[in-house]
Amino acid sequence: MIPKMLSFFHFLPQDGEGDFFFPAQASNLAKFNDWLFYYILIVSAVFFFAIMLSAGYFSWKYHKSRCPEPQPSPSHSNTIEFVWSVIPTIFLAYMFWQGFVGFMNRQNPPADAYQVHAQGQKWSWIFQYPDGTESNVLHLPLNRPIEVSLGSNDVLHSLFIPAFRTKMDAVPGRLTSLWFTPTMIGEFEIFCAEYCGTEHSSMITTCKVETQAEFDAWLEEAGDFISKLPPVEAGKRVFAMKGCAACHTVDGAVGIGPTFKGSFGTERKLTDGSKVTMDYDYVYESLMDPQAKLREGFPPVMPTFQGQMDDEKIRVLVEYLKTL
Amino acid sequence: MSSEQNVNYLNCSKGFSSWFWTLDHKRLGLMYLWSTIAAMFLGGIFALTMRVELFAPGAQIVSADQFNQLFTLHGAIMVFLVIIPSVPAALGNFVLPMMLGAKDVAFPKLNRFSYHLWLLGAIFFVSSMLATGLDTGWTFYAPYSTVHSPAYTAVVLAVFGAFILGFSSIFTGLNFVATVHKMRPPGMTWFRLPLFIWAIYATGLIQILATPVIGITMLLIAVERILEIGIFNPALGGDPVLFQHMFWFYSHPAVYIMILPAMGVMSELFSTFARKKIFGYSFIAMSSVAIAVVSFIVWGHHMFVSGQSPLVSIVFSAMTFFVAIPTAIKIFSWVATLYKGSINMATPMIYAMGFLWLFGIGGLTGLWLTTLETDIHLHDTYFVVAHFHFVMVGSALMGFLGGIHYWWPKMFGRMYPERKGQVAAVGLIVGFNVTFLPQFVAGTQGMPRRYFDYAERFEIYNQISTFGAFLMGLSLLTILIYLIRSIKRGKLAPANPWGGATLEWHTAPIPDPHNFDNAPQVGDPYDMEIFKWDETEKGYVPVNPVPGLPYIAQPKADSGDSH
Amino acid sequence: MSEAHAHPEHVAHHFDTAEQQFETGKFGMWIFLLTEILFFSGLFVVYSTLRNNNPEVFAYAANHLDTDLGAINTVVLLISSFTFALGVRNAMLGQRKALTVNLLITFLCAGAFMGIKYQEYTHKYHEGLLWSGAEHSVFKEDLSKVLPSVREHSAHGHTNAIADAEAMTPEFRREVGLFFAIYFCLTGLHGIHVLLGMVLIGWLIRRNARGDFGPHNFGAIDFGALYWHIVDLIWIFLFPLLYLIA
Repeated sequence: MIPKMLSFFHFLPQDGEGDFFFPAQASNLAKFNDWLFYYILIVSAVFFFAIMLSAGYFSWKYHKSRCPEPQPSPSHSNTIEFVWSVIPTIFLAYMFWQGFVGFMNRQNPPADAYQVHAQGQKWSWIFQYPDGTESNVLHLPLNRPIEVSLGSNDVLHSLFIPAFRTKMDAVPGRLTSLWFTPTMIGEFEIFCAEYCGTEHSSMITTCKVETQAEFDAWLEEAGDFISKLPPVEAGKRVFAMKGCAACHTVDGAVGIGPTFKGSFGTERKLTDGSKVTMDYDYVYESLMDPQAKLREGFPPVMPTFQGQMDDEKIRVLVEYLKTL
Repeated sequence: MSSEQNVNYLNCSKGFSSWFWTLDHKRLGLMYLWSTIAAMFLGGIFALTMRVELFAPGAQIVSADQFNQLFTLHGAIMVFLVIIPSVPAALGNFVLPMMLGAKDVAFPKLNRFSYHLWLLGAIFFVSSMLATGLDTGWTFYAPYSTVHSPAYTAVVLAVFGAFILGFSSIFTGLNFVATVHKMRPPGMTWFRLPLFIWAIYATGLIQILATPVIGITMLLIAVERILEIGIFNPALGGDPVLFQHMFWFYSHPAVYIMILPAMGVMSELFSTFARKKIFGYSFIAMSSVAIAVVSFIVWGHHMFVSGQSPLVSIVFSAMTFFVAIPTAIKIFSWVATLYKGSINMATPMIYAMGFLWLFGIGGLTGLWLTTLETDIHLHDTYFVVAHFHFVMVGSALMGFLGGIHYWWPKMFGRMYPERKGQVAAVGLIVGFNVTFLPQFVAGTQGMPRRYFDYAERFEIYNQISTFGAFLMGLSLLTILIYLIRSIKRGKLAPANPWGGATLEWHTAPIPDPHNFDNAPQVGDPYDMEIFKWDETEKGYVPVNPVPGLPYIAQPKADSGDSH
Repeated sequence: MSEAHAHPEHVAHHFDTAEQQFETGKFGMWIFLLTEILFFSGLFVVYSTLRNNNPEVFAYAANHLDTDLGAINTVVLLISSFTFALGVRNAMLGQRKALTVNLLITFLCAGAFMGIKYQEYTHKYHEGLLWSGAEHSVFKEDLSKVLPSVREHSAHGHTNAIADAEAMTPEFRREVGLFFAIYFCLTGLHGIHVLLGMVLIGWLIRRNARGDFGPHNFGAIDFGALYWHIVDLIWIFLFPLLYLIA
């Protein structure tokens, strides 16, 4: 009956849709999470209002205008103190237990879970699939358990997908992981949930859950894009995928890093006063050792892409930059 | 009986030097009071600026970098300069020796040194602000703070500031613990200590044991930054999660430094304003120390998604549930104290009722965060922000303001304006709820914290929150103004306006510099009946005064343990 | 009935008796020493974590420390603790001159400790036995970043650490650097405490010359000795953990 009442007020998700508190229940983890949340809410609300109503009632009933002198009453009572210790303890123990159960479930991905790697860097995510495909958007097939391993190139980040009720920090120098099964088709927000610097709140992407067939088609197309697409198109894909857009604009707007509009092939001034032509070599060097030849007027925050960009990708990227 | 004519601690000497170099705990308490209030307003301005920025998505009045600096400074100032010192250093310093029946704290010179260290730490923080760029969050997580944040000078200055402030806190705790152990008058056994003293004592234990660890951690950040030592830097083989463990080993007990003294104030307020002995004295006394001890073994609940092992997370979750129990029982005990009392709903009592509401919500929302399953979703969202503001601000601030209003007559011999006090208190409590309740929902909906910009669907919660913040600011400003004005223009206060039975109310309306000429006689600290209301005095006077000592109420002949 | 006039001069006004002052001071000093132990414990935790993750690295790196000098330093500190304790006894018995002598010996021992420490530090700096992030280190993950002058000194120095460094994998070099990181943090923090102790001893010598101490007033000497014993004790832990694990 209480669930019915709650759903009347949109306090319980119906058919997996979002409600007052939560976004859609889009993974296998969401139902239990939300249920436990509401359990704690109801128990807490009952105790809270019991306390506040008692306090309010006593304050009124024993107000000095009604009771100029206090009346004798015990200043301690073993029975009362025992009861109000034990009863909350029982509820707390149950909450702990349920939390533990849910937590243990999250530690043990099924053996056949599909493996994806999420590499965080300031300020974007790069998702890597078993066949080597990389993407900015986390495409996933519906109803398959997914295990996401997490890493970071620089500082702490955290992969947070609210609709899936899942989160895990990406720690540089370490591998962490989480797992879930997406249960709903759609696009779901992915946030970075560990402060990582200036553009922390822009480190946003989406998780696109699609049917197995759609997913397979996407994977094939995305994996081989360098050979399938014309170089400039492919370069544009690389530009998006590697998170360059977080700092470099292509339309001349001011960003954290220099804009690339109209810059390839031109002379650029460096912090040590010397000049350099922005050619293939300069782009290559900047990707491998960004601080070696730093453009004047820009902060030294570009991460290195050593080990993450093969020559093919750099080649098509340069083709794209030439067109800006 | 005008307090103005007698020599008291306020008029016994004049001039800047007599205050800056004072050894009198009461003067030091006042200086801490004004200093922490000033810091609070500075931190508050940063908060209001953030709330204006967050009124709508996208940039409004600051850039992303500036926003990141605002939340960093807001947190650092509030935690290190305001909440940690406020109740213990300001109220504790003023009240504790008198309440104990002593002439001063154990080490008055160390006490003065603690205050000077606070000032020095504050100077470092201000320098860090002027150096600009501190954008690490008050939590200084590595490797962002040690390597990647561009703000080199600001980070180093800020962590040295935190280091110095840590020592201010350690010495204060050391002083109070030594005072309670060694400076009690004859007859003041442990179970005759008022609960405020138990609370300050338990807080002192935490200050002594936990703060050195943040000290070394802050030093290590500076060393990492300056010398590139590499202990927390994965690029040099170090471990960033180790930093989190060291940081939270202090910072969790630190939140109990913030709340235990406020709870101590609540014990005093509930009993005085219900004119009744506190319910469950022994439990409240012992639970204060128990909470202090257990607070050391729960820090990992800040790190459930940090990558630490599941076993460790499970242990920390269980321990945190464990510490919730004595805390809940305190709340029940305070409410039980109201039963069959005679309740005076003056301003301090409004703060006490506000505490029940705000700490009720704050403490209970902690349950979601210590439950492993639900924390995964809620960690690092606005749910956490709302939770800790409810406990740190809502509750600690209620303790601070409730205590200020309660002991104001004893500090200045003047009453604050009662009606304004009640209205501002209600305004503050309402404003607080309007500010932070929507943030719980923003959090469950998925809005992460420390976000300069946010998705459209979070806008409504942010807008309501901003309105509440301004109501809070207005209330706090009102309180500050009427308090300041009352120092010169308030109604003259009697020695005991509220009828409290603890020893600080047995002093002159404005206390003598030495508090007591002779060790006062010690009885039950919650036996209200030793004072009675006097209509001409407009205050409470002793039922059995000591000849020649008009303020001291003798304990009842059969007064034994306060049980 | 103020007791102020009954107070001996050295007893502060807020205390009732000299005994209360002494007891309180001692209590306070013990609490302070507890905070010192916790202060160092943070570093010991870092040490344990790093060593637990890389036991072979630590065993190897400890070879580069001069165990003889470390042992001499241990003995020097123990002697200084002994003379300070003797000084407390001198103060209790009113033996002013003996107190000055013992305090001076303690001071000199502390100075010797710092002198040997200086030796060790400069030697390491010269030969590049530093943490990886230091400019002068040989243990850089990327060996091309090692300074030529350091390379020179190391090859001709008696540790020849550069040869070892070249034989290691980059990860191992990094981890060896971490050993030196915690070595310098622990011994450096300890050294600062020794220096502060020297200032304290100097101040006590001066006060003793003024005749401040005697059988009824030796608290400062007693508490100072307690501080010094903790400084010594911390070294007793440092020495085996850093020097004797090779």
